[in-house]
Amino acid sequence: MKTQSKMVAAAVAVVTAFALSACTGSSGGDSSTASSSCAPSSGKVDLTFTTWVPGMDKVVDLWNQKNPDIQVKFQTGPSGNAGTYQNFFNQIKAGNAPDLGQVEYDALPNFRVQDGLTNIAACTPVSGAQDKFVDWTWKQVTFDEKDAVYAVPQDTGPIAMFYRKDLFDAAGIPVPTTWDEYAKDAALIKAQGSYITNFPKTDVNWFAGMVWQNGGQWFKNDGNDWTVDLTGDKSTQVADYWQKLIDNGEVSKLASFSDEWNKSFNDGQQWTWISAVWGASTLETGAPDTLGKWAVAPMPQWKSGGDQAGDWGGSSTAVLKGSKHPYEAAKFAMWLNSDPEALALENKLGGLYPAAKAGADLDAFTSGQEFYGGQKIYDVFKEASSQVNPDFTWGPTMTQTYTDVSDGFGSALGGSGTLTDALKTGQQKTIDALKAQSIPVK
Amino acid sequence: MSTTATQRRLIRNDAPPRTAGRESIVSRSGAMLVMAVFTFYFLIPVWWLLVQSTKTRGEFSSTAPLWFTPDGFSSFVANLGTLFSYDSGVFVRWLVNSVFYAGAGAFLGTLVAAMCGYALAKYQFRGREVLFNVVLSGVLVPATALALPLFLIFSQVQLTNTYWAVFLPSIVSPFGVYLARIFAASSVPDELLEAARLDGSGEVRTFFTLAIRLMSPALVTMFLFQFVAIWNNFFLPLIMLRDQTLFPVTLGLYAWNSSIGQAPELRSLVIIGAFVSIVPLIIAFLSLQRFWSGGLAAGSIK
Repeated sequence: MKTQSKMVAAAVAVVTAFALSACTGSSGGDSSTASSSCAPSSGKVDLTFTTWVPGMDKVVDLWNQKNPDIQVKFQTGPSGNAGTYQNFFNQIKAGNAPDLGQVEYDALPNFRVQDGLTNIAACTPVSGAQDKFVDWTWKQVTFDEKDAVYAVPQDTGPIAMFYRKDLFDAAGIPVPTTWDEYAKDAALIKAQGSYITNFPKTDVNWFAGMVWQNGGQWFKNDGNDWTVDLTGDKSTQVADYWQKLIDNGEVSKLASFSDEWNKSFNDGQQWTWISAVWGASTLETGAPDTLGKWAVAPMPQWKSGGDQAGDWGGSSTAVLKGSKHPYEAAKFAMWLNSDPEALALENKLGGLYPAAKAGADLDAFTSGQEFYGGQKIYDVFKEASSQVNPDFTWGPTMTQTYTDVSDGFGSALGGSGTLTDALKTGQQKTIDALKAQSIPVK
Repeated sequence: MSTTATQRRLIRNDAPPRTAGRESIVSRSGAMLVMAVFTFYFLIPVWWLLVQSTKTRGEFSSTAPLWFTPDGFSSFVANLGTLFSYDSGVFVRWLVNSVFYAGAGAFLGTLVAAMCGYALAKYQFRGREVLFNVVLSGVLVPATALALPLFLIFSQVQLTNTYWAVFLPSIVSPFGVYLARIFAASSVPDELLEAARLDGSGEVRTFFTLAIRLMSPALVTMFLFQFVAIWNNFFLPLIMLRDQTLFPVTLGLYAWNSSIGQAPELRSLVIIGAFVSIVPLIIAFLSLQRFWSGGLAAGSIK
């Protein structure tokens, strides 16, 4: 999911910062939850489930009709970083957290480090589940720990390239397949008075998706210590690349998803958008006048003939700490994220692109899309999904990392400093933040 | 006020008296200008909200942001229809909740504060000033800072995610107590209370029949303050509530706004929803405006 309301999120984070530190203080940052036994409860079970995916209450209704013995109560709130994560932490501390909660992949390590998750590896509904989900998502919910499953993957945001087929054709500019070609095209498009794309200074998770594609690693955890590496070669390469486009004035600097941003897509000022699968509906609603003019191609590659993709966004359904019915919770989470009927409904009402492999074959994803000139765009995303590097790890303080890097990106766009400088600052501040929460860092 | 007074004194000392009138016109038009700028500044967002709520989603980015489109009215009606029917009319529920939280909360809060303030002003008892100072210090603590401790306390008694979780903290108003005390001291004469007592009226009856009427301008002020504070209160409900049927309109709109990424159609609903949600405040202000300004001035006398 996109993080749009950064300002508000930051405000919420600041105001409740003391709560966060209180939470870490008590848990010490490293307590291993052994996967104990996971037996079904007897009798009727009531579960609570908090999510902010629109329409999820209808999916829960469907489950409740089919499972009279396991009744799920739907609860909601603002999106995770806009307040719901902080609520989860408060509730875990107060001992009244919901049994299940929506947690984005980039927030899972935070919950893991603060001991906010229940290990459901021993629950039979999740045994053998690994094969049902796209490979890279599984590592996100297990952290590569032995005998551990902390959440069930829900949706993903594999990245591809949306581009204005009509404009590229009319100008006789080749559609880029590598980043080198992309940079060359950027100059040609600038000569036409347009931009190849917009550089989103606040969407640091988008930038992470670019690094992800390049095989970069921002974080690592060896089971005990964290390593922070925002400034590694791969990461710096991506930063330098975009810095050059910025210096040349070949990308615009609009605030993502703002009115001006929509307008510039609607007016044909933007020729491409490197974005996740959910971007398809963003474009459709934001740039209605460009109906039928877009197409989707795989992300440009760093090596000619490469086949790497990144990911931007996606959530899991986690069983939160303190749930008295982990078995039933796991059963529900598995149904929610792998049952074809549930997946179809979630896509229709909430726009989710399922993490379950079977999800890619839903009717919604096999037909041609009118907005994209009849192209079966989801075939591209399905392939991208299989090309996402499974080894990318998120850090335990992503909200802070995003904010700090985003501040630096803002300065870089304003002409002071560079994207690489922003990563350097982000690196240092992230290490400081980890230390401040007494999370072991190398 | 004091600046103008000082200026005038300076002018009188330095310049011949007859220019004083002209200077005063300059400063008066200066003040008008400042006020006009601020009025513009504060009303522009409201105007934007009104204009945007008459637009369809596609028109947000393609039309002038501060002027209507030709078929604005029909879009406005259509937007309203969608707003009130979306997700089985949950927005109406939020509005009703907000009216309840703010209306009942402000009513009870004003009553409690009035009683406290009256007692502090009119009765001599040990620890009165200490008590008053403690209440006053409550004015300094932002409600936001209390939300989390309140959540933990309410968790202990299993009252989170209920109406009470938002309603109970809303009826506490230290500023109201302060205002009520000041106003009771200045507008309820001791002689009148003496007379009431001599005539055999009990203390409670005296308060409700006599004091409350004398204090009514201040009470309206307190009610409005409290109403607006509860209506705009966002952080407490955010922390306390998880069931969207309990949400006040602020939290509901915020939740919608944070989901625009997944459901872009919510964008127009958030805008028209925000517009609809300020209408009750505008009505409350306009209808109680006369009392409001009277109360404000009266509260500042002492």
